[in-house]
Amino acid sequence: MSQSFKLLIVDDEPHIRRLIRTTLTRAGYAVVEAETAREAMEALRRDKPDVILLDLGLPDRDGLELVPLIKQSSTATLIVVSARGATEQKVTALDLGADDYVTKPFDTDELLARVRSGLRRQVQAAGASEVVRAGDVEIDLVNRQVRRRGAEIHLTPKEYAFLAELAKHPGRVITHPHILKTVWGSSMAHHVEYVRVVVRNLRQKIEADPARPALVVNELGVGYRLKAGDG
Amino acid sequence: MTSRPTEPDRPPPEAFLRAAAQEGRGRLKVFLGAAPGVGKTYEMLLDGAARLKAGIDVVVGVVETHGRNETEALVAPFEVIARRPVEGRGRAFDEMDLDAVLARRPQLVLVDELAHSNAPGSRHPKRYQDVEELLDAGIDVYSTINIQHLESLNDIVASFTRVRVRETVPDRILENAELQVVDIPPDELIDRLKEGKVYVPAEASRALTHFFSKSNLSALREMALRRAAQAVDAQMLDYLRGQALAGSFAAGERLLVAVSELPGSLELVRAAKRQADALKAPWTAVHIETPRAREFGEAERARVGEALRLAAELGATTASIPAATVFEGLRAYVEDARVTQLIIGKSARSRWFELRHGSVVDNLVRSIGDVVVHVIPAHDDRAAAAARPARPARAPWGRRRDYAWAIAMVVVVTLLGLSLARFLNLANVALLYLVPVMAAASLFGLRQGIAAGLLSSLAYNFFFLPPTGSLTISNPENVVTLLVLLSVAVVTSQLAARVRAQADLATRGARQNAALAGFSRHLTGLSTADEVARVVCGEVARLFDARTVLLMPEDDGLVLRGAFPPEDRLGQIELAAAQWAIDKGQPAGRGSQTLTAADWLFQPLHTGRGNLAVLGLARDDGRDPVRADRMPLLMSLLDQTALALERMLLDGEMRQVSQLKERDRLRSALLSSVSHDLRTPLTTILASAAQIRAARCEGLDPALVDGLEVEAQRLNRFVANLLDMARVEAGAVRVAAEPIDLTDAVASAVHDVRRSLADHPITLEVAPNMPLVRADPQLFHHCLINLLDNAGKYADPGTPIIVRAERRAGQLTLAILDEGIGLPPGRENDVFDTFARIEGSDRKGGTGLGLAIVKGFAEAMGLSVRASNRTDRRGACFAIGVPEALILRASDEEPR
Repeated sequence: MSQSFKLLIVDDEPHIRRLIRTTLTRAGYAVVEAETAREAMEALRRDKPDVILLDLGLPDRDGLELVPLIKQSSTATLIVVSARGATEQKVTALDLGADDYVTKPFDTDELLARVRSGLRRQVQAAGASEVVRAGDVEIDLVNRQVRRRGAEIHLTPKEYAFLAELAKHPGRVITHPHILKTVWGSSMAHHVEYVRVVVRNLRQKIEADPARPALVVNELGVGYRLKAGDG
Repeated sequence: MTSRPTEPDRPPPEAFLRAAAQEGRGRLKVFLGAAPGVGKTYEMLLDGAARLKAGIDVVVGVVETHGRNETEALVAPFEVIARRPVEGRGRAFDEMDLDAVLARRPQLVLVDELAHSNAPGSRHPKRYQDVEELLDAGIDVYSTINIQHLESLNDIVASFTRVRVRETVPDRILENAELQVVDIPPDELIDRLKEGKVYVPAEASRALTHFFSKSNLSALREMALRRAAQAVDAQMLDYLRGQALAGSFAAGERLLVAVSELPGSLELVRAAKRQADALKAPWTAVHIETPRAREFGEAERARVGEALRLAAELGATTASIPAATVFEGLRAYVEDARVTQLIIGKSARSRWFELRHGSVVDNLVRSIGDVVVHVIPAHDDRAAAAARPARPARAPWGRRRDYAWAIAMVVVVTLLGLSLARFLNLANVALLYLVPVMAAASLFGLRQGIAAGLLSSLAYNFFFLPPTGSLTISNPENVVTLLVLLSVAVVTSQLAARVRAQADLATRGARQNAALAGFSRHLTGLSTADEVARVVCGEVARLFDARTVLLMPEDDGLVLRGAFPPEDRLGQIELAAAQWAIDKGQPAGRGSQTLTAADWLFQPLHTGRGNLAVLGLARDDGRDPVRADRMPLLMSLLDQTALALERMLLDGEMRQVSQLKERDRLRSALLSSVSHDLRTPLTTILASAAQIRAARCEGLDPALVDGLEVEAQRLNRFVANLLDMARVEAGAVRVAAEPIDLTDAVASAVHDVRRSLADHPITLEVAPNMPLVRADPQLFHHCLINLLDNAGKYADPGTPIIVRAERRAGQLTLAILDEGIGLPPGRENDVFDTFARIEGSDRKGGTGLGLAIVKGFAEAMGLSVRASNRTDRRGACFAIGVPEALILRASDEEPR
């Protein structure tokens, strides 16, 4: 890691904070902590973190209310880390602008992977790359081409639109409503079955084993994510 | 964005809007009286004092004590806002100081005389506008009003009291108010008036003497009671319907059909029904009970009863209204009930009769302006004429005693005349004879009056007219005397008869009103169906002099809920009749058209939600339980009972719904807090284990860390299972179904159990062209995880686990097959019971909840689960079945 990224942990449980801090420090990140929503907003201004890990059950305010506030005042990647596992929770958090959602209890490796992919997105957003790699598939967002091991794959316009939408935010869950709105237009916002059919066809073309999808991964009831890079 | 979509069971926005509209506004309670002096102010002060005692901040805005000590004593405990002097038209007035009340901001303010007009120069011309401003400011108001001040009733009241009040209040003010009727019987009010206990402004006292007649007071009282009953039921039902069900009644046309004793009435009723259907309007059938109606024979009574019954069966409300003439009764009802269309039969009377008395039709059309009048010709004129009563059997000639009295009076006058003959001239003696004639005519009736007149003229002729001692008439002037005496008899007797008839009607009407009012007052105080049943049975038994029972349908047939006298048992045929009545919504049993062999008559109680109960009546003397002319009264009683029962039903449902909601809210709050509290330590444990592993401490056995992690994971799953099971058991599984791809579902389930199934290869046999399935992704995921987990637990180590999707006729199954000990034959599906575990499987560990959760979740989504032993080899097969209805027939073509 050439450059030390700064991470902000917002959680009211000191144990959890300490654990996440040790995990992240060991992985080479600089860490700041906040116990309350107020402290979190202060830290956001003062320390300008690159990634924020946000617990929703804060003592002074509901974490969900913080999501849009944070997204307004910062370009940091926002990962919600919560014990609330309901689908609606996830969709709401993501639609409010959260970049990812990890349910407690979480797998430490999984958490690190999400942090890495969040950071990678930031680098790409800064204009580093217009070609996104996922496994052995390359998605060229400039030339609108998809290649697998160098050979071009022919996709229908909808398949490409869908894949490109995922590729613009690699590793991030894109919710069903968002996909429907960008690929089909707002009038179709409830036709999840459209997405399912396109995904199924797409997997036949890009996945090594369509029955065990490894690139276009479903997040139950929430949406899809592209497993970018080698993570 | 401050909303929290996490909040469970958020009420719909309309509920907030409704609540908000009421929330900020104060509530109005109006004490409604029939006339001045019934004690409205007194009631209001008593009620206010009770609130004051309950700790509410109550002040008096304005109360007219009229200098009476008892009222003033009642005002004493209150804080009274000083009135504001207003200079107007050269006089000084005291008005309520609206601004002072607003500034004082009490919780409740007492404002007497809602209809009062403020003095010129006040902020609002009317006091009710002041009250509206108070309500808008969130202050509750108690006020008083007399029924004649209500705008819509002003004309009607003026028409019979001949006192027109200029101070009126629009009806809408009372629409949202709570009404309390302050009611005392007319006689008592008249007594109070005589005792000077009623304040009457000096300038109005003469007009008011007429106003306070008994018949006026009866009519006013009826109007007040009816108005209050309407308001209560309308508000209650509107509110309850609005809460529990959607939709409400549309306002608009109102139909009235007038039925008579003539055979054409059934035609009329049907015509009215057709018209009402076409207009989608509520309709009413009335019979105007004129004095003539009391002379009806059984046949006429039965015809009226039948017409009203038919109307009731066809969905009309029915009423029987006492009035002096058909015309007056109809006109009053049309105005009172705001009828827009009136249906009457073409008169069967002769041209001659109409010339003399005027036709009802013509009179009606002329006098009621904006009502459409339909005149329907009698269908079969000949039959109608034939069926016409051959002049109703008149009362017999009268009691003999009355004639004796008449004769005695004539004799006395004759004796008196003879003894005074010396001092009087002949003409004055003739005047004396007026006395017995008028007395007989007014006291006894026409015939007795005429008899007295004839006798008088004979006596006059014989004893006084020259030549005395004979019956010859020498002078034509004497003929005039004779005629005058006779016509005085006729006119007096008719006038007196009319007065008697009207007085009679007033008492009859008052009696019926009292019965209805007493009954409805009784009903509003009740809170359970059993109390209603008891009261109805008692009241109907009393009013109709019959035995009564009330039956209500339950799951296993009709159940006796009330009876008077209480020990009644019903026979088979009676039960059949009762059942029929409730099923068809029509009367059955004795005196009806169906199952007439029964001793009892059963009347169903109709409501908007079907027939809630059936009332049975029987008489010991074996006559029909209800006389046809009493049917309308019974119907009114039944309607009120049905309303009360419906109110209770809706009430109960509301309570249940809100209890359920509250329980749901508590449960989800509990579940989410438990799951949060359990997951937080688990997170710490798991993360710590990962740390320890990463730190690679010297001398630490990595197997220990593995054990820590695996067990913590298992604990996590148990917690999840327990919480899930709690949801299943409570029936609180919420299903958010969407089209899911079995590939996704299986892939993510397999991913999540990869650790615990590490030593079993998993074979996926899910064809990519399987149709989409409508299910809740989370619940479905839990089902799959639990099934895979279960397979991992019972499969022999190292054996493969197969996940196979198959499409067969009418169903799609997703099966999980393992190779292991399998299930006990014959009891395969017992494994889905809570805490069921295969014998000897204790060593496997687990809570025994997994499969029960699978079943609970699957059934909540409309799916089925089945366990069986594999046929191809040793092992178990668990299958989730998706019915055709939940399979999406989406083509694989790309949606545009």
